[in-house]
Amino acid sequence: MAMATDAPKETFRLSMLVYDTRYRSYTIQIVVLLLFAMAVAWLLNNTVENLAVRGKEFNFAFLWQRAGYDIGQQLIPYTNDDTHFRALLVGLVNTLVVAFWGCVFATILGVIIGVLRLSNNWLIGRLMTVYVEVFRNVPLLLWILLSYVILSETTPQPRDFRVTDEMIAAGEEPKASMILFDTVAVTNRGTNIPAPLFDRSLGSIQIGFLPVSLNLLAFIVVIIASVWANRRLLAHAKAVQEATGDRPVTWWKSLLILFGPVIALKFALGLHLEIPELKGFNFQGGILVAHSFTALLIALSLYTAAFIAEIVRAGILAISRGQTEAAFALGLRPNRTMSLIILPQALRVIIPPLISQFLNLTKNTSLGIAVSYLDLRGTLGGITLNQTGRELECMLLMMLIYLSISLMISAVMNIYNKSVQLKAR
Amino acid sequence: MKKSVFFGTLAATTMAAGLAMAGTLEDVKARGELICGSNTGLTGFGAPDANGNWAGFDVDLCRAVAAAVLGDASKVKFVPTTGETRFTALQSGEVDLLVRNSTWTATRDSELAFDFVAVNYYDGQGFMVKKDLGVSSAKELDGATVCIQTGTTTELNLADFFKQNNISYQPVTVQDDSEAQRQYLAGACDAYTTDVSGLAASRATMPDAENHVILPEVISKEPLGPVVRHGDNNWGDVVRWTYFALLIAEEKGITSANVNEVAASTSDEEVKRLLGVTGDMGAKFGLSNDAFKNAIAAVGNYGEVFARNIGEGTTINLARGLNALWTQGGLQYAAPFR
Repeated sequence: MAMATDAPKETFRLSMLVYDTRYRSYTIQIVVLLLFAMAVAWLLNNTVENLAVRGKEFNFAFLWQRAGYDIGQQLIPYTNDDTHFRALLVGLVNTLVVAFWGCVFATILGVIIGVLRLSNNWLIGRLMTVYVEVFRNVPLLLWILLSYVILSETTPQPRDFRVTDEMIAAGEEPKASMILFDTVAVTNRGTNIPAPLFDRSLGSIQIGFLPVSLNLLAFIVVIIASVWANRRLLAHAKAVQEATGDRPVTWWKSLLILFGPVIALKFALGLHLEIPELKGFNFQGGILVAHSFTALLIALSLYTAAFIAEIVRAGILAISRGQTEAAFALGLRPNRTMSLIILPQALRVIIPPLISQFLNLTKNTSLGIAVSYLDLRGTLGGITLNQTGRELECMLLMMLIYLSISLMISAVMNIYNKSVQLKAR
Repeated sequence: MKKSVFFGTLAATTMAAGLAMAGTLEDVKARGELICGSNTGLTGFGAPDANGNWAGFDVDLCRAVAAAVLGDASKVKFVPTTGETRFTALQSGEVDLLVRNSTWTATRDSELAFDFVAVNYYDGQGFMVKKDLGVSSAKELDGATVCIQTGTTTELNLADFFKQNNISYQPVTVQDDSEAQRQYLAGACDAYTTDVSGLAASRATMPDAENHVILPEVISKEPLGPVVRHGDNNWGDVVRWTYFALLIAEEKGITSANVNEVAASTSDEEVKRLLGVTGDMGAKFGLSNDAFKNAIAAVGNYGEVFARNIGEGTTINLARGLNALWTQGGLQYAAPFR
């Protein structure tokens, strides 16, 4: 008699958690997760208990207290009566400015050096190799200190610019004089450059904490409009040329469209330059660019450029030789080959590592503390932390801000990266 | 077939945050060494000499405490701290005691949770400029660039002073005294501001000391003193009374040279108690009975410490001024030892 037998029913036993490969991985993961949670809980508990023992509570109210200290370099209005939060913003803006210009200069320099390193010219190629190897193999901090010391030790003191009546009588020249038609003074404290002033200013509006000059905005709008109008003009000329074979004369119209409105706006607003002038101890008027900023920017740009140069070189080398040969066969000249064939393809390889260089540069701005550049690390993580004694809060906040900046940069760069990748159609 | 299964027991270790908050005094005794937070280098107050031995006015107070607690003034480890790192070092327990030209303020007492147990130097903030600048008052410094050490009270006083006098300045923030000196000497700032004693100490190490003047204005009160963590009262008492012992010693004419002789021959009851000849005052602090005698024997009385490190005749050449004993019109006054 045939009996239908069911498949043997497998009962779940605890031992299967360890010996059955179907369950083992879950077991391991859960155990690891538990251990991790315990470690986090221990750290948190430790922090809370230690804070309690020291009689400190965790809160950020100190950010709204009066800061009471002054900041040398400020791009947004700030006095010592403002809050610690405002000081934080001043530092943040200082960080962002140096990071932005650092990225711009490092990229320009890096691309040039990377391309030149592949040059067939033996001398240029070797010189660029030396540059890359020297800059990326010496710590950044030393470059920052070196540029700062060079800037501050080799330049004259403000009083060396002074011309006294006795000196005129004796026919003596002052020890130092201003450069660029007497508009820029480089002293051992910083570079005094002329400031733009407006007789009929449009004023400024407040966007968040950042005051935005309407004058600057007007100039940007006018320039963009001019460029756009000029493009339309050229497109029109091209269309006429294709239709009739005759290209209309455009050069004077282009000149008029590009420069006319800007010049008109300059006179309408009464733009003129305020030249720095030696008064008392220092140059007054104009804009003072402190050497700490210049040194930090120079060092960051040169250092990061060395890395970017290598990335660019790697990107170019990644494009097969056949592409160049094909371009040459079509009769393209070497520089056209580079800009039309090689670089657009190389960008796919270049962008991802470039993002991490931008992130590095941004984080490295915190080394500005070595030359007393009051960035986020100097204000929030330096003076505010010290005067209020809120180490934990300041450090956490600072980490959070740097993290946000980095994530934003990498988000923007990832969008750009997508746009240069090969499109699969 | 039945498998014998062995389950490893998961010992869930509950990790309680072990907070060994025993008193600092016990910690120091158990360690056999005092860890003292000092300046990174301010000649006369706290700086290593050519042989790497720490010396100075603040350093001697550390040595006196070590002599009182451990009976040996050499059992001190000095941890150099900057204006920025000093309070974190004390708070985290990296140092037992901070003697580093630190100003006693309400914020540091309350919010930073420290105790300033004494004032070993009454000071005030001043300005130093080069003589050829032709400045004779701090109020003439309108528009000047001023070097300032970060993380200090002087940073805040400076902002207040210029605001009150309605004049402007450009701050250059530096980390420590040596960096400030470099910037000041290079002419990167017109004036250097810190405590007057610090200015005098800086000037003493400059190659052309005679070309620099300290302006007459003293723009703040800067009571400098040893700092301990808030809540460890016994340890605070030990430091305070070690310091007072040095003051009383000066008042009573006890020096490092004659301390043993005085202990043997004195008829003054307070001196007998102080030097541990009678009573058990030392034991009440958790120290040996001759603790304060050891301190005095190790570094001398307050006057000796002052004269040796920063007094007239040294390169720093500071007058006693406010720091004279109360009996001589100064502010240094010890509570009675009884």
